[in-house]
Amino acid sequence: MAETLTKAEIINPANLVYKKTSLITGKVLSYCPGCGHGTAHRIIMEVIDEMGLQSKTIGIAPVGCSVLAYDFMNIDMQQAAHGRAPALATAVKRLHPDKTVFTYQGDGDLAAIGTAETIHAANRGENFTIFFINNGIYGMTGGQMAPTTLEGMKSSTTPYGREQKLMGHPLKITELVAQLPGTYYVTRQAVHTPVAVRKAKKAVRTAIELQQKNVGMTFVEIVSNCNSGWKMTPVQANQWMVDHMFPFYPPGDIKIDGKLVQK
Amino acid sequence: MAIELRLMKGNEAFAEAAIRTGVDGYFGYPITPQSEVMEYLTAEKPQERTGMVVLQAESEVASINMLYGGAASGKKVMTSSSSPGISLMQEGISYMAGAELPCVVLNVVRGGPGLGTIQPSQADYFQATKGGGHGDYHSIVLAPSSVQEMYDFVELGYELAFKYRTPVMVLSDGAIGQMMEKVQIGDQKQRLSDHEIVSNYPWATTGKTPDRERNIITSLNLDSAVQERHNQKLQKKYRQIEDEETRSEEIQCEDAEYLFVAYGTSARICLKSLQLLRSKGIRIGLVRPITLYPFPKSAILRHIERVKGIVSVEMSAGQMVEDIQLTVGCRVPVLHFGRMGGILPSPGEVAEFIEHQFIKV
Repeated sequence: MAETLTKAEIINPANLVYKKTSLITGKVLSYCPGCGHGTAHRIIMEVIDEMGLQSKTIGIAPVGCSVLAYDFMNIDMQQAAHGRAPALATAVKRLHPDKTVFTYQGDGDLAAIGTAETIHAANRGENFTIFFINNGIYGMTGGQMAPTTLEGMKSSTTPYGREQKLMGHPLKITELVAQLPGTYYVTRQAVHTPVAVRKAKKAVRTAIELQQKNVGMTFVEIVSNCNSGWKMTPVQANQWMVDHMFPFYPPGDIKIDGKLVQK
Repeated sequence: MAIELRLMKGNEAFAEAAIRTGVDGYFGYPITPQSEVMEYLTAEKPQERTGMVVLQAESEVASINMLYGGAASGKKVMTSSSSPGISLMQEGISYMAGAELPCVVLNVVRGGPGLGTIQPSQADYFQATKGGGHGDYHSIVLAPSSVQEMYDFVELGYELAFKYRTPVMVLSDGAIGQMMEKVQIGDQKQRLSDHEIVSNYPWATTGKTPDRERNIITSLNLDSAVQERHNQKLQKKYRQIEDEETRSEEIQCEDAEYLFVAYGTSARICLKSLQLLRSKGIRIGLVRPITLYPFPKSAILRHIERVKGIVSVEMSAGQMVEDIQLTVGCRVPVLHFGRMGGILPSPGEVAEFIEHQFIKV
């Protein structure tokens, strides 16, 4: 029989297997329990920390659930108008080429109101990283249809499901961005399982490392859930994401070293 | 050092001043009648002259948001446009006012509403001086009436923008932007180094170092009490700007029984009308606001006991006239004379209006 360990024996540096990065502030997250934003924030901040880039990093988060990202990321940050983060990042990176610059945008922000800024920053080959959180819905405003909302998917403005004839098709903007010669690395990840988190973190690291080499735009989509907006429990939402989001938005690399990945 | 004089368009003078003043970045989108600004900048290769970045953006919306990003990281940034493009920028200007970011925006005004005309106009006075975008704010508004002032107001604009951490608009018009005049060019100033930016602008997002807390540039305050405190802080700043930064020129006002109040191109026209009227023995003066916000109330009020009438001459349906009326109340008649649609009033018709309204009654 194992002996009973005391608290002091358990909380021992030798037993340390994980430590929260100091680049996450510790402020209680404003995200719903079960949401992927918290994990996405953490892996980005871990990479910035591990690469020793805190003093050189400027993050930009526009309007959406992650508008308060600056409360949680312990780096210099700018809050942008809805959809405009790639315009801000363009200027920041061009005026501070030695800094590491990223945007952190949702699907409504990046793929609807900010489509022009996204496409043109990518097409100019701006040398910053876009983190794109795609949960197929407008979370912050209460679950309205996003450009990425799947056909048949219910939202507060498609209460009977998205109908293609009336509301158009869901937009695969990541595949669109990958077509542009200005993008160098485009990948789609998820953060719903430990394996997925490890892969996503590796992709974040690849993107930030490539940014140091001035190769052009690096773009990491993270397909995520919105259990509140989808009206599901976190577990149901993750399963629904696997069953419905992944077939349309399949995780995996889309463009590596400036070349489209052949499927 | 010898004085350097050049014959330049207003738009070109503005662009040269940007390089000479040590501006870090210009972000713009073509629109008549101000496209010479970016054309001049790209031809001059400022990247080689000073390291200045010049970028043609995909839209005016992107341009102004590039200014937001650049200003938030402590850089001197500018854009230029004309009325329809400036309308597109209003959201961004509001965000910059809210986040307290400095920048200089040139509006070479053309006639509106809508696509309007490409000819000179002053119909954007309300938009420029009353905020323009959403929320309680003002931009400082400078009104050049010569090509020299198109040059000079770049440096003045940045001085004010950084002193108060607020957007500054240079409200020009198609005539001042397009006409050529003699300009005295200033010396080349160095752009600030990144080290100077960190020490001069400790609020800027330049990367969090261990010696300070992280810098956050935002215009968001979800707590309404915090937002109101921010509003009060902004309003206090505007009161200080009104107290300390009002600028105007008074021409032949000492004995004036009548006053023109006019800015920009209208002020130049009024100068000629003034000569016509003075030659007929009519004692008229001109108050030329140089700052439209803050509005130079005291320059008008100091003559109020003597004057019998004031005419606001504007290339619009009458916008600044409301500020004059608010300034003088009912003490003297305040009239408006203007042309619209891109038409410049002639000095003769302006003089005739004065005679008709005040003299030949």
